[in-house]
Amino acid sequence: MASNSTVIRKEPVDAVIVGLGWTGSIMGMELTDAGLNVLALERGNDRTNADFTYPKPADELAYGVRMEMMQRPSQAAITIRRNLNETALPNRYLTSFLPGDGVGGAGVHWTGVLYRATPVELKLKSFADEHFDKGFLPDDMTIQDYGVSYEELEPHYDFFEKVCGISGQAGNINGQLIEGGNPFEGPRANPYPLPPLPGTYNNALFAQATKNLGWHPYPYPSANVSQAWKNPYGMQLGPCNFCGFCSKYGCLNYSKSSPQTCILDALKRRENFAYRTNCEVTRVELDSDGKKATGVTYIDGDGNRVFQPAELVIVASYALNNVRLLLLSGIGKPYDPVANTGVVGRNYSYQMTGSIDMFFDDIEFNPFVAAGANGQVIDDFSPDTFDSARHGFIGGSYIYTAQGSGAPISNTPTPGDAPKWGSGWKKAVKDNYGHSMSMGTTGTNMAYRDCYLSLDPNYRDPNGDPLLRMTLDWHDNDIRMTRFMRERMLEIVRELNPRSHVEGFKNFGDHYDTRHYQSTHNVGGAIMGTDPSTSALNRYLQSWDVHNVFVMGANAFPQNMQHNPTGTVAALTYWSAKAIREQYLKNPGPLMSA
Amino acid sequence: MSSMPDDEQRRDFMRRSLTLIPAVSLGSGVTLTASAAEEPPALADYQPSFFNTDEWQFILAACDQLIPSDEHGPGALETNVPIFIDKELYGPFGHADRWYMQGPFITDGDPELGYQLPYTPRELYRHGIAAVERYCQQEHDKAFSALDAATRDDILGRLEQDKIDFAALDAAPLTAGVFFSFLWQNIREGYFADPIYGGNKHMGAWKMIGFTGARANFREWVEQHNVPYPLGPVSLSGERG
Repeated sequence: MASNSTVIRKEPVDAVIVGLGWTGSIMGMELTDAGLNVLALERGNDRTNADFTYPKPADELAYGVRMEMMQRPSQAAITIRRNLNETALPNRYLTSFLPGDGVGGAGVHWTGVLYRATPVELKLKSFADEHFDKGFLPDDMTIQDYGVSYEELEPHYDFFEKVCGISGQAGNINGQLIEGGNPFEGPRANPYPLPPLPGTYNNALFAQATKNLGWHPYPYPSANVSQAWKNPYGMQLGPCNFCGFCSKYGCLNYSKSSPQTCILDALKRRENFAYRTNCEVTRVELDSDGKKATGVTYIDGDGNRVFQPAELVIVASYALNNVRLLLLSGIGKPYDPVANTGVVGRNYSYQMTGSIDMFFDDIEFNPFVAAGANGQVIDDFSPDTFDSARHGFIGGSYIYTAQGSGAPISNTPTPGDAPKWGSGWKKAVKDNYGHSMSMGTTGTNMAYRDCYLSLDPNYRDPNGDPLLRMTLDWHDNDIRMTRFMRERMLEIVRELNPRSHVEGFKNFGDHYDTRHYQSTHNVGGAIMGTDPSTSALNRYLQSWDVHNVFVMGANAFPQNMQHNPTGTVAALTYWSAKAIREQYLKNPGPLMSA
Repeated sequence: MSSMPDDEQRRDFMRRSLTLIPAVSLGSGVTLTASAAEEPPALADYQPSFFNTDEWQFILAACDQLIPSDEHGPGALETNVPIFIDKELYGPFGHADRWYMQGPFITDGDPELGYQLPYTPRELYRHGIAAVERYCQQEHDKAFSALDAATRDDILGRLEQDKIDFAALDAAPLTAGVFFSFLWQNIREGYFADPIYGGNKHMGAWKMIGFTGARANFREWVEQHNVPYPLGPVSLSGERG
């Protein structure tokens, strides 16, 4: 609890941004461009490129295991339950997902796989209505369209790819299919800014095997850049050296696109931008009729309670934290899954993943030669690229191989029959390190009526505020999808013919097991849309209820797509910024009529 | 190969930096003061900061069973893993500094909802070792460290399988399985973490498997498919293996 109950009042600003990660940094550029006086408030510490100079990041214990880059549960844990009757318990140390902390947010420690959504992923409900028989979707499935189209987002995807220097092989430029790229992607106005990364041996093996099967492998679109790049903000990136310390680590080589490498030094030069760290925003404050925000209250590093007046409030923290701030601030009606009313917390969804590790006798993979987005992928089993209805589900997964880390505390897989400790374990580790390759699926997770976010009734943070409670479990549609992907991956295993393999896929009857890392693609909970009875935000990411509050992040996704969220999160941020600059600032008020 | 001169230059630069700048602070709070030449302590000379004498005997014996020294490579004792665990428990990790440790602590929930004990890692080790020692006294009238290797293996196997009833040993709500999982995780951490944290002496575990440590520069090796990488590891403090 803050010791000082007196509230310090700061000088007003035009816009306050809550959280200085990717979306806060983008909004900082856009709103200062528009001439506003902008202040960003970041809960964590400052982080600059100097924090990641060699050899600091090459430390698996600190970053890969103790999670130095991540949100500290001691500050704000998430409680989790699987159904409405279970008592949610706190995730006391990070396991299943890893929200970031400090300046740069999760944009510092991310893997660097940067995708666009496909046109269908953005209008999944319309697609389902057109392509599936009536009654095919379960009654409790609550999927929706985003309310923004691929064509509307395309220029913003394009620009953000240039901000990041994304390295990849286009598969569709203005409708023209290109060999070696992803033929199932939405049409692009331009190729990727840089050519794809070179690939390790697992990539070559995967590409050959999937080609043999008649599928369409392409290189991961990578934010670990392949060549020197100067972005539209004048920021410079250098080619990735495959250092092997990528996902969960800051980049030691100025090669992974992040707010630090791509935006912040340019933003910090602007006189109409300022930021404060160790400032935890606890409320968006509203005027007496609750229709307009007056600013935010935060607790500073000395425990002082501070009121920061602002004309415009941009909520730009991690998706889960954004939803919690809306609930704590009383912005929008909280979702009630029993009455099926309210919107804030509705349509929380996650990512359906699976994996296979393959063990070979005589292949050298050099697993420490690694980068987060060093991989090959197929999109042949995406929501709209095959007849999923015939297999009993809506959705899909991309299937990939990646060699992202050889750091041995977490990356010493052994065959299923190997001893788990003792001399036999050591022999198995020694025999198999460097001789295994992994494959994975990253798949859709549909939205359901009983999967949502709310405030926890039992657990509180050090400020006395309720923690966020997550209610999530797996549904049969999504299990059918992942079992189908398992069959496809076993076809690849047969092509590659390893000595043995170990698989990890969910099965019917499995519940959400929070003990193991699965994905930091937590989406939904404050979703965008065109109907205020089923979305918290309108299609410009503006709160339907409080017009000068805009909320950036994957919380806007109505359900989870197979493709990684950061590209769409960034494109939506530029889309929202455009609406603020071209429409809202001229005439502040709701951009869509309810 | 073309990557070697760069690597060499970088190593040299790092060593010089370490001479010029006495302390480079790492994110974890560990300080890079050890020079490459500084010899890690002999395990027999080490005075534990966290463990008491009896607990230390348990940790030494458990490490020796879980990663023994044999023809495949160095064991946990040769690589100073017990020192790593002592240092970790003495430091921020031992105090659960990043964990959410507010109640209520509901310890009979579904295990899939994760760790719910009211214990920091220090407390967990203290209770866990005491429970195992009570069990050894009850069953064998000896301390764990005084048992023969086969009996120790049997007890560790029972811990792993959660087949020793910690409640009957007055250690509830801690369970044998949870205690074992922490012990084994921390032993593997000490075996494979950078030597700056006290274990992995002279990068012995890295050399055994062929991990390159903090080299962190492999651009020229990406497309050399199925060719073994020729160089040994380097550590954060500039030690070369």
